[in-house]
Amino acid sequence: MAEVRLESVTRRFGDAVAVDHVDLVIADGEFVVLLGPTGAGKTTTLRLIAGLEKPDGGRIVIGGEDVSDCAPSERDVAFVFQQYSLYPHLTVFENLAFPLKSPARRMPKDEIAARVNKVAAMVRIDHKLANRSTALSGGEMQRVAIGRALVRDPSIFLMDEPLSSLDAKLRAELRVELKRIQNEIGATLLYVTHDQVEAMTMADRIGILAEGKLLQIGTPREIYTDPVNLHVAARLGHPHINLLKPGLLPCESVPGGARTIGARTEHLEIRPSAKNDANARVDWIEHLGDQNHLHISSEGEKIITLADPYAGINPGDAISLSLKNPLFFDENGHRIT
Amino acid sequence: MSTTAHSVVSPGRLSKSIAGAVVIIYALVTMIPLAWILLTSFKSPPDSISYPPKVIFEPTAEGYCNLFTTRSRQTDEYIESLGPPQGICDEITRKRNMVIVGESNYWPRFMNSLIIGFGSTVLAVFLGTLAAYGFSRFRVPLADDLLFFILSTRMMPPIAVAIPIYLMYRELGLSDTAMGMILLYTAVNVSLAVWLLKGFIDEIPREYEEAAMIDGYSRMQAFFKVVLPQATTGIAATAIFCLIFAWNEYAFAVLLTSGEAQTAPPFIPTIIGEGGQDWPAVAAGTTIFLVPILVFTILLRKQLLRGITFGAVRK
Repeated sequence: MAEVRLESVTRRFGDAVAVDHVDLVIADGEFVVLLGPTGAGKTTTLRLIAGLEKPDGGRIVIGGEDVSDCAPSERDVAFVFQQYSLYPHLTVFENLAFPLKSPARRMPKDEIAARVNKVAAMVRIDHKLANRSTALSGGEMQRVAIGRALVRDPSIFLMDEPLSSLDAKLRAELRVELKRIQNEIGATLLYVTHDQVEAMTMADRIGILAEGKLLQIGTPREIYTDPVNLHVAARLGHPHINLLKPGLLPCESVPGGARTIGARTEHLEIRPSAKNDANARVDWIEHLGDQNHLHISSEGEKIITLADPYAGINPGDAISLSLKNPLFFDENGHRIT
Repeated sequence: MSTTAHSVVSPGRLSKSIAGAVVIIYALVTMIPLAWILLTSFKSPPDSISYPPKVIFEPTAEGYCNLFTTRSRQTDEYIESLGPPQGICDEITRKRNMVIVGESNYWPRFMNSLIIGFGSTVLAVFLGTLAAYGFSRFRVPLADDLLFFILSTRMMPPIAVAIPIYLMYRELGLSDTAMGMILLYTAVNVSLAVWLLKGFIDEIPREYEEAAMIDGYSRMQAFFKVVLPQATTGIAATAIFCLIFAWNEYAFAVLLTSGEAQTAPPFIPTIIGEGGQDWPAVAAGTTIFLVPILVFTILLRKQLLRGITFGAVRK
């Protein structure tokens, strides 16, 4: 394992800038998640570190060594792809052994077998080592793909939405397992996803990418509670953050220059309306079982928030809504603190 | 409930039987000429030209004997003065008042066909695979124009350039050489190989090679370890198409080969001239000529089917 450092790394495709002067340090043993929408430059960032793309500017340093001009095989990184990750003409064992048999390593046979068996047990696929890799379920395939990365002991693991092609139950299961394995071996890991739950639950630090730029990087808590701008605030939280005009709802103190107020569930206080102080109406309620999504309208603005299923609020109710320490943003979308 | 937008009505029993019957009848009709050639190769020369044609006859190896030997007519006294006949062909030949004086050129011509056919196939598929991989994976400048150019070499019948090629080959000393024919058939086949294989290689996700390169392999090693094993279907289908062309090619073979490097297709018709219209010998030559393609096609029939239906079953 090693520290990985990106210094002002830039990658263009024609006129489009996929990665725009990104500076990022992933400490030894750290789990960093890059979060962003499609086309934000997440995958390109991973491919740049792996050497599958060459940067147009900047440096990539792995373990203190500038690898910007090295071939992928010389960088000692492991990559887990979103799909198509297993060699279809090989068995599970051969897939796991493939990196160890490479000319770059040339490991003796018995050591390969020992390592493969150890990793297979770790990712819980040891009962299917003799199977063709195409005769596995989606979850098993991704386990093998993760195992093929683990078998190598590389300087960094790069994972490109490894769980996104799986169904929700498997995804949750593998998420926990991946975090367990990372803790166990103290791996340095850069993980790309557009799933905020994965980001929040697994990351030591989250980096928010948009249009090739790294907008903010910090602990999940920092990113959630202390976003630098509207875009970052909008990435996290479910339901989606409500963006309101100042003055729509009562609020203790609104700083000057605030053009937008971001209100998540915890920033909204709902009280049943007493007499004439109602400023909003419940349009309808989505029952999700463990929670209810309240769709509220206030002077034509739509607001969505969570409510306790037992709060006794019904569609059509007039309610009184107020803000409690919401997030303020200026005209450029920057946070005002 | 379980129906989907893509569900297809599965054919009923009757339409299945009708379709099956049509296919069988069609197969029988197309196989009649082949069956006739096989039958003729076992007929005696009089049987082969009898009218009405004989379907039931006494089989004889005469056609095959005549195919592989050259014979000369001798007097009865001379033939009687010889010792007992050496083998079945000697016996058949003597009944026709002839003796075997040597081997015919059929085997050397057949071997030429094998060398030129398989040689050009291997070369065309090898070059085609590498070129297709390059077009599939790298940003080649003017890739579309180059691919069109490669395809355009197949847009006119190859024989249209026969005269310039004939003159060039004469100057270069490639006329009537196996090397010359291998190069020629490779040049014709490589365009087909590039196009066919590019489609197959495009279907192999590039993540496989990228994974292999990250796993510690160079691009070349990744190509051999990961891409080639998955391209075998396409390579086999392409090889069959290339071999069939090179094996059957007649016009260039007539024009550019006459002796040393002559292939079987221009040789077989010349059998007719050797001692009357010897249809059984021609049929025997044709039958043996069909065998390698038959064997090759049966060995690779799954891949061939995949190659023929290529495009129809792509995702």
